Amino acid sequence: MSGVRVLVGTRKGAFVLEADGARADWEITGPHFPGWEIYHVAGSPADPDRLYASQSSSWFGQQVQRSDDGGRSWRPVGNQFSYEGVPGTHQWYDGTPHPWEFARVWHLEPSLDNPDTAYAGVEDAALFRTVDGGQSWQELPGLRGHGSGSSWQPGAGGMCLHTIVLDPSDASRLYVAISAAGVFRTSDGGETWTAANRGLRSGEIPAAEAEVGHCVHGLAMHPTRPGVLFMQKHWDVMRSDDAGDSWYEVSGNLPSDFGFAIDVHAHEPETVYVVPITSDAHHFPPEGRLRVYRSRTGGGEWEPCTDGLPQQHCYVNVLRDAMAVDALEECGVYFGTTGGQVYASRDSGDHWTPIVRDLPAVLSVEVQTLL
Amino acid sequence: MTDPGGPDRCAVSVVLPAQLRALARLESAAVVDVVPPVTQQAVLDALERAWPVLAGTIRDPVTQRRRPFVRYFACGLDLSHERADVPLPGPVAAGSEPFVVVGAMAGG
Repeated sequence: MSGVRVLVGTRKGAFVLEADGARADWEITGPHFPGWEIYHVAGSPADPDRLYASQSSSWFGQQVQRSDDGGRSWRPVGNQFSYEGVPGTHQWYDGTPHPWEFARVWHLEPSLDNPDTAYAGVEDAALFRTVDGGQSWQELPGLRGHGSGSSWQPGAGGMCLHTIVLDPSDASRLYVAISAAGVFRTSDGGETWTAANRGLRSGEIPAAEAEVGHCVHGLAMHPTRPGVLFMQKHWDVMRSDDAGDSWYEVSGNLPSDFGFAIDVHAHEPETVYVVPITSDAHHFPPEGRLRVYRSRTGGGEWEPCTDGLPQQHCYVNVLRDAMAVDALEECGVYFGTTGGQVYASRDSGDHWTPIVRDLPAVLSVEVQTLL
Repeated sequence: MTDPGGPDRCAVSVVLPAQLRALARLESAAVVDVVPPVTQQAVLDALERAWPVLAGTIRDPVTQRRRPFVRYFACGLDLSHERADVPLPGPVAAGSEPFVVVGAMAGG
């Protein structure tokens, strides 16, 4: 029978939740790596038993853990992330040059067809790749070598490469997003990169329509429509119909167009989900009401999905990597909060229920559909 | 330089914080074999050789300098700011006192 595995990264460990296709009863294991920050846990589309986890700590640095049995057991693999060549500098918060320094892995993106190949997005922003199951990691230096690299500045959370989107129709094309530099696209497997930020407008930066400098919070793509991208920017929900060559705003009637998480329905490429957050100063939902907003029109027109979600006195946040969908016949949608709840909907967002609550603050949620 | 009258090798006990014990799958203190002189660097080099997963967790993997939120104690002394090549107190080299790696205190 088909089932679902939900991979949850939190401030103090990782948790794995599994259910059969009914998605009613959940078996929860964890915390794995208790006491460590787990920024991201990701499963290989090519081998669902192969998982990678980013385990880090301000005290003890970075580890990468790997599981070959769906999260029942783990072993540490390579944790050396060395920038290629002379790292150079980017801009620091005060505008002065600051050397590139590795801090942590924010996001792991396994290859679509090879479980031993995976990408890692790191802080300070760079893209690394392993082709040996995580034993070693090599930088794809063309990204930092993009002519704008020396002008990139960190966002409040650090200068992190937090989003990696692989094009299922073209293995040489991928997109990354960096806070606060923007979106970059490669069409040659990571050798060379193009800034893909035309149409973004960010009032927080001196030149609102600059080529780089935009605080992109997340990207989403439907696998059957790789040329269509959705973006949650610091402010504004955006859409591109030309593989990132240009963007236009689709915030429409959202109560706030600030937010972090964004995803696309597994079977409906025009159905998009966001969780509006009040503002960059107020990292909680508008009016203390936790609402997922769903657009069935590819943006522009949004409806609140509230059934089962707290509609008063709710002041949690939903972070950029903390939303995912499953691919069962009736699409499941999942998101985690900084209050430690993971909510799930078995019906595309119509109804919600917490499948676990009182975890440490949730940093990431990924879902594997098990066939 | 090795003391001509001293031992060829010293068994040094290293107490690690809970997170690193879990990472290295250690139930208790690590014991490492160190060729004198017994310094911070020699002890940590031996520790990382015996438990490679600890490489980069106590010292920065590039600079080999102590991570900012890590401290070293032994014999009631804070040795965090000592040079890495200075011999540790005699009881550490003799194995009667541990070299203690501590995660700096933080909390609300």
